[in-house]
This record gives sequence, C-alpha cells and structure tokens, in this order.
Amino acid sequence: MCAPYQTPARVGDGPQRSRVAQMSAANSQSTPEALILAKGLRKEYGDFTAVDGIDFRVNRGESFGFLGPNGAGKSTTMRIIAATLTRTSGEITILGKDPEVSGPEIRAHLGVVPQQDNLDNALTVEDNLYVYGRYFGLSKKFIRNKIEDLLAFAQLEEKRGVKVEALSGGMKRRLTIARALVSEPEILMLDEPTTGLDPQARHILWDRLFRLKEQGVTLLITTHYMDEAEQLCDRLMVMDKGKIMAEDSPAGLIKKYSTKEVLEVRFGADRNAQYADQLRGMCERIEVLPDRVLMYSDDCEAVLHEVVSKGMHPTTSLVRRSSLEDVFLRLTGRSLVE
Amino acid sequence: MAATDLSRQGSLKIIDVPKILRWGSIYIAQARIRNMLQWKWSIIGESFATPMFYLLSIGIGIGKFVNSHQAAGVDGVKYLTFLAPALLAAACIQGAVGEATFPVLEGFKWQKGFFAMNATPISGRQIANGVLLAAMSRAAFGCVIYYAALYIFGALHGLHTLWLIPVTLFAATSFAVLMMGVCAAIKNDDLFLNMVQRFLIVPLFLFSGTFYSLASMPKFLQIIGWASPLWHATEVGRWISYGHHVSAAALAIHFSYMTIMAIIGFKFAHHHFTKRLAK
Repeated sequence: MCAPYQTPARVGDGPQRSRVAQMSAANSQSTPEALILAKGLRKEYGDFTAVDGIDFRVNRGESFGFLGPNGAGKSTTMRIIAATLTRTSGEITILGKDPEVSGPEIRAHLGVVPQQDNLDNALTVEDNLYVYGRYFGLSKKFIRNKIEDLLAFAQLEEKRGVKVEALSGGMKRRLTIARALVSEPEILMLDEPTTGLDPQARHILWDRLFRLKEQGVTLLITTHYMDEAEQLCDRLMVMDKGKIMAEDSPAGLIKKYSTKEVLEVRFGADRNAQYADQLRGMCERIEVLPDRVLMYSDDCEAVLHEVVSKGMHPTTSLVRRSSLEDVFLRLTGRSLVE
Repeated sequence: MAATDLSRQGSLKIIDVPKILRWGSIYIAQARIRNMLQWKWSIIGESFATPMFYLLSIGIGIGKFVNSHQAAGVDGVKYLTFLAPALLAAACIQGAVGEATFPVLEGFKWQKGFFAMNATPISGRQIANGVLLAAMSRAAFGCVIYYAALYIFGALHGLHTLWLIPVTLFAATSFAVLMMGVCAAIKNDDLFLNMVQRFLIVPLFLFSGTFYSLASMPKFLQIIGWASPLWHATEVGRWISYGHHVSAAALAIHFSYMTIMAIIGFKFAHHHFTKRLAK
C-alpha cells in the first residue's frame, strides 16, 4: 500500500521535465498535448464499482468537466487523478506518469480543491497560504510574494490577518482555490467548486476560474450543476453509475442529444401522463416528469400552438432552449439534481 | 484588473520534488509548531505549572510524611529523589501522547488537514513523522523545564542526571508513535481517546512503580508495569539518577523493550497513515 509514496527520486524531476518537453514538441504542430490519459480505468470498493472502466483524455490548456449526479464516480476519478487513491485496474497517466509509481511527482504539479474545504481554521488567511506553499518546498520569499497575488486574485486582501473560521462559505472556497494555486500547478482540479454557495458567491467564483482558464491553466472540474458545466467547461464527460454516457463540448452535447428548444407544459399532476400519448405525436420526443411534460422540438412555439389548437390547455407553458439537463435526462432517463 | 492576474512560471519550473521527498517531514513539523505557537503562553504556563503542582503536593507534602515514617527513605534515598525520574517520565510521556494523538484525529476527521497535506507531494509517512517530530519538540521543551524544576527542588543531583532527558524522551517517543498509529487505525475515535486517557494513561501512571517500587505490588499488578514504557523509563531513570540497582540484563531489556515498541509504532503509524489517506 505504501509503495507508491516511497519511491524517492526513482522518477526524478529531470527526466520528467524532458519528457514533457518532448511531448509538447511532438504535439505542438498536430494534436494537443495530453496531460491526462486514462484507459479502462476502474475502481471497485468490494462489490461496488465506483468507476467502471472509463477512457478519457485531457489536453493542456483545456477546461474539462465531469458532469453527473452524486455517486456517479466523479470524485473517485478525481482522487485517482490526484494520486491519492489507488485504482483497481486499467491505466492512467498524469503528465506522462503513473500515479501509483510517482505519486509525489504528480502531486507536485496539481492544485487540488476538494469538495469540502480543508483549510486550517486556527490559522489566518495568509498563514494558510504560507503553510501550504511550504509543503511544496517553496522558499519563504517566493511564497510571501505569491501571497500578495493570490489575495488579490481571491479578493481577500482585507481578510489576510483574519482566522479562517471567521470567513463566509464563499470566502473559504476562494481561499481554498487560492491555496491550490500557490504552487502554480499545471492542472487545477476542482471537485464541486460551488456546491453550497449562494448565487452571488458562485458568480464571483466562476469569474475567477474563467480568468485562470484565460491564462491557460488546465482546469478539471466535477459538478452536478449544468449551468456551471456550461459556463466553465470546453469539454464535458457525462458520467452516470461509474460509466461515461457521452463526451463532447456543452454545445456539441446539446446538439447531439437534444433539440434546439424545449416546451415545458403542466396539466396538473394526474393529467400529465394522461395527455402524453397525444403530445408525443406533435414533437420529436417527450419526457414525462412527475410535475410536467417536456416536449422536444426545434420550433416549440409551433408545438405550443398545436397543443392549444387541439383543445389541450396546459395550466402553465414555457418555451426555453435545451440545456445539459435535457442531455442528461435523455442519456440516463433521470434528472441531474434529484 | 491587472492585479487579479497571476504571474506564472508554472510548477514544472518552480517545484523541486526530490527536495520535498527529503524534507517533507520537517515542513509538516514546522507547520504543526506554527500552530502550537498560537498557544505558546498556555504551553509555557502549563510546562512550568505541572512540575510545580506535583513537586509541591506529592513530592514535598507526601515526601515529608513518607520520610518521617521511614528514616532510611525509599530505595535508600529521600522520597523526592525516588520519585523524580518517574514524575519526569510520566509528565513527558503524557505530554507526548496528547500531542501525538489529538492532532491525528483532527487531521483525519475533524478538520481533515492531513488530506490537504497529502494533496501536495507530501506522503502519509512524512505526515506521521512530521506530527511526531512536532509533538516530541513540545515534549522536549516540557521535559527540560520539568528537569530544571526537579533540579532546583533538590530532587536530582549532579550533571550526570542530564541523561534522564534523552532516556525519557526516548520512552515518550516509543509510546507516542504507537498511540499515534492506533489513532490513525481507529475509526470511531472520539470515544476512543477518552478511553485511552482513563483506562490506559492513568493506570499506567499509577501502576508503573511511580510512587512506590513495583516489586511491592502483587504479581498480577506488576504485569501492568512491565508492559508500560513508563516503568522501563523510570527504572533506567532511577539507575541514572541515584544508582538504583538494575542488572545489566535488566537494562538491556528496558532499552530493548522501548526500542521494539518504537519500531513497531513507526511501522504501524506509517502503514495506517498511508492507508487512511488512500481511503
């Protein structure tokens, strides 16, 4: 069990750097450089299969998202990438290295933002950044300079001397992200970055993450919020029950798995199912949910017109654009947030 | 908004992994000590107050009583002299165990700080070593003050008694690292630590020949003493301090016992730190 973390300098920094250099040289003209490559990745806990033989690739500079409901295997996958959880089988390399052989060498280049903030509550904002920087062996001088940048980035300059326990949820989250950036990681990993935050705090955070993306930081994000996935991710992997259901850009997924628009109609709880057969013929596809019926078509105004002209009068109706939620519903028959 | 843009060289340039593999334990210890320093006054106060309380109450109060009833003293010396090595070892072991166990629960369960440490190049093994190193630094500080207090109160005589400090710290390390491993291994730990305090630390203190010679106890109670690192440290301590009779074979056993406990403790702690972080 301890073997992965006890291989000092077997895979040294030097060879790795040259390997990465080779990769980027080789890839600069044609395909983008892969920072993470997984093949048949599997993780089992006893009888339970958390990650069920998945393949994926994350390229340098892209913002890659794992979208799926709780328990889909997103966090497990993240922890395997973060070299803190061993896989059951399959292959994975991060920066060209196997996490079970080169754990510390991989973790040196990752910035990890876990689902639950694990800041040191007894220390000040500034000291949290300082102490964490020291774990990466960075010099005091380097960290002191870096802290100024990070506090500005996280909009926490005025809180620098405040103990973490006194911060709001959004501030703690920003500090956790700032902390993950102290080592200037190649890959920033965010596990459910905005869960539990109020809308305003979410938007501030998205703005910060967007800036990082613009600077070319590779982002790896898990989320069960479709709006977050749409906002932040260039490419998405939709996961359910440990498997990959689909993979594409947010717009690509919507195009592939849904129509342009959706009409939501409500007839009242009992009658939604009752009208379903009639409604089905009027559009490409319908989904009957307990509280409403979703009708998929590229021109939903026309569909609504037809519904009304056939004498059905929904109590409420709404025409909207298709979202990732619709994609997920199509792929799994279930809703993302349950 | 230039101020919010981060300057970047990238981790591939700025991070020296072999250096972290070498010094990681020290980084963890530094961070732990930084944490402790927030309570430096209470640590300093406690380090001075504990020996004072014991020396004034037990050492001097009970000592006067014992000495007045037993002209020859205990083990051929004044009661306070007899007591001193045991008090030193007891205080040091208790301090070390406390500092090596509570932070482990905090790190794995309450605040999950160990998971944050392990998200860096630092390994579970280094975290264990660092936490122990910090705990032993604090224990060493307390030990030196306790020693000075004993010396000033006349419970110890001569510079050779300085050897008590490393022996005591060795005993404390061996027990603390074992308890640290146990803490990492145990899941339902809140209750566990209370049990340790009540049913392990306190009995060890009372049944390790601290206040009277272990030989004066019934055999079945002596077993507790034999198992206790405190008794082994006390025996060696008395031998150092005033030449209490210990055979060469017994000395070898005392040191071997503490050494084996330390080796098992380290193995156990490293294994369980690594395992629990990978759960």
